[in-house]
Amino acid sequence: MSAQNHQPVTPETPVTQPAASFEPAESRGDARPVSFFRRFLSQPEAKFGLVLTGLVLLVAIAGPFVVPAWTGYGPTSYAGKPFQYDIFGTDNLGRDVLSRFLEGGWRLLLYSALATVLGVGLGTVLGMLAAFRGGWMDSAIMRTGDVLLAIPQLVFAMLAITVLGPQGWVLVVVIGITHAPRVARVIRSATSGVVAEDYVLASQMYAVPQWKILGRDVVPNIMGPLMVEMGLRMTYSIGAVASLSFLGLGMQPPTADWGLMINENRIALSLQPWGVILPVIAIAILTVGTNLIADAVSGASAGRTTGSARKDK
Amino acid sequence: MILKRLGISVFVLLAVSVVVFVFTLLLPGDPAQAILGQQATPERLAALREQLNLNDPWYERYFTWLGGLLVGDLGTSAATGGSVNELLGQKVSASVLLMIIAAVISIPVGILLGTWSAMRRGRTTDHTLTGISLVLAALPEFVIGIALTTLLSTTVFQLLPSVTMAAPGTRVWDYPLQLVLPTLTLVLVVVPYMIRMTRTTMLDVLDSGYVEMARLKGVPERQVIMKHALPHAIGPVAQVVAMQLAWLAGGIVVVEFLFRYPGLGQAMVDAVQIRDVQVVQALSMIIAAFYVVVNLIADVIGILANPKLRTESSK
Repeated sequence: MSAQNHQPVTPETPVTQPAASFEPAESRGDARPVSFFRRFLSQPEAKFGLVLTGLVLLVAIAGPFVVPAWTGYGPTSYAGKPFQYDIFGTDNLGRDVLSRFLEGGWRLLLYSALATVLGVGLGTVLGMLAAFRGGWMDSAIMRTGDVLLAIPQLVFAMLAITVLGPQGWVLVVVIGITHAPRVARVIRSATSGVVAEDYVLASQMYAVPQWKILGRDVVPNIMGPLMVEMGLRMTYSIGAVASLSFLGLGMQPPTADWGLMINENRIALSLQPWGVILPVIAIAILTVGTNLIADAVSGASAGRTTGSARKDK
Repeated sequence: MILKRLGISVFVLLAVSVVVFVFTLLLPGDPAQAILGQQATPERLAALREQLNLNDPWYERYFTWLGGLLVGDLGTSAATGGSVNELLGQKVSASVLLMIIAAVISIPVGILLGTWSAMRRGRTTDHTLTGISLVLAALPEFVIGIALTTLLSTTVFQLLPSVTMAAPGTRVWDYPLQLVLPTLTLVLVVVPYMIRMTRTTMLDVLDSGYVEMARLKGVPERQVIMKHALPHAIGPVAQVVAMQLAWLAGGIVVVEFLFRYPGLGQAMVDAVQIRDVQVVQALSMIIAAFYVVVNLIADVIGILANPKLRTESSK
């Protein structure tokens, strides 16, 4: 089983590679010359997480290519009476559930990934600036963050959707923005430990430009928390995008999308459960997988982060 | 110190109101057009503009709106034409009920399981609890809700009603059975975080010198936990509990929608779908206010539970 299941791990490796290349910084003060990547992989959570995430990635990415050929139906084509109980059956409009399932994952993944990159990127830059510059800039950034934190993520997204409509870029931007203050908090505290170091002072005395100090001295040394945040925010991004679609406020019909499928088919949950259960299982496996990866990353960079990385959502 | 926290809370709420209000300015083009759609006649547009006070400058509208909020007037719904207060009145109590039940169940369960897990560090109990909470913490609310529905209501067992069916005029608490699934979902959403944080905090405390001292003196383990360790863990745990309760405020949106529970969350989804900006704004403010108040309470508990901070405040 394991040989087969390790196959889908490949799409995940680009995410973990940057961490591996920063191992000199990671092993600072650590006697064991074990690379970050090894420590990451040595944990059972990491293996489980990679396998689970890889599985769903495979379905979501390869799915659209096999759809009409393999299942015989397109994602929006008519396949029979509504809610027929076949192998996976038909949905509320008589479309093939399996075809829609295979087609419906990549948008969720794409939007979640974009929102995560945006949120973590924005949060990292703001968090580093706050810690590095201090003073009024620190206060301004962190207080603005506090204000945004007072509005729950989903509520904030719904506000934006009310005004701007349920479009892809709105989802990405709004979820990214709500991640930013949460990421900024973590990155700020990680950075403030680094900026006190002598090598940062040395760079400053050589009059190295600020952005270069942040990029060369600070970023490599906060890679641990940064990776943890990536994993965590990805989990929450998936949850948020899927939840919004489930509420009917994300992807719009007739798009095939996991969150939307659950919404469309849940009225017949007892009659023909597949239209709900397939996407629910996929989303569950995916979020559990990314969360396990985040947990393993935080374990691998232990000593710097406590392993209780998910204090807030 | 507590007063200072109170001041910050008021400031945050004011700032939130600005953020919430700014969204109306973001409405592309003409808000009246956006609400009424393409087929609206010029007369209707003009009437709605007048009704929404769109002809006033934005700052005047903001202060009118804020003034209304302060005296408890949430504005007029663009969709129904009725007052937002009336629309939300009963739903507030329904949602609050749901959240209180969920909180009353989850707080003790979370703290107890977290403490237990910490006491059994490294053993099977600890591993099992940590594993389960790690998995549950990753799942979005609706996944947990649907899993519970499939398990307890439709496919596997048919024990509980899967949707709330409250006839007009009846109250949600007239049918306690209908509350079970929504409450259980919310509990399962927030408990894992409480377990994890209580466990981490307790582990820190159990490693400390005074706990070792108490053990060396021969104090029974139960008493060590209850009298020496737990009080020290209360502050940070209160923070997490608050964070989770605040999360409940967002979580009820999905859970209420899933179970068709007639509360604020369901109202929010409906309002967003028909782009009823006034109602969405009012609900955002209610939820944000709830969040800020819960956080304030947690901070106060944190200050009161920590002798260092407590004495500092009396200076």
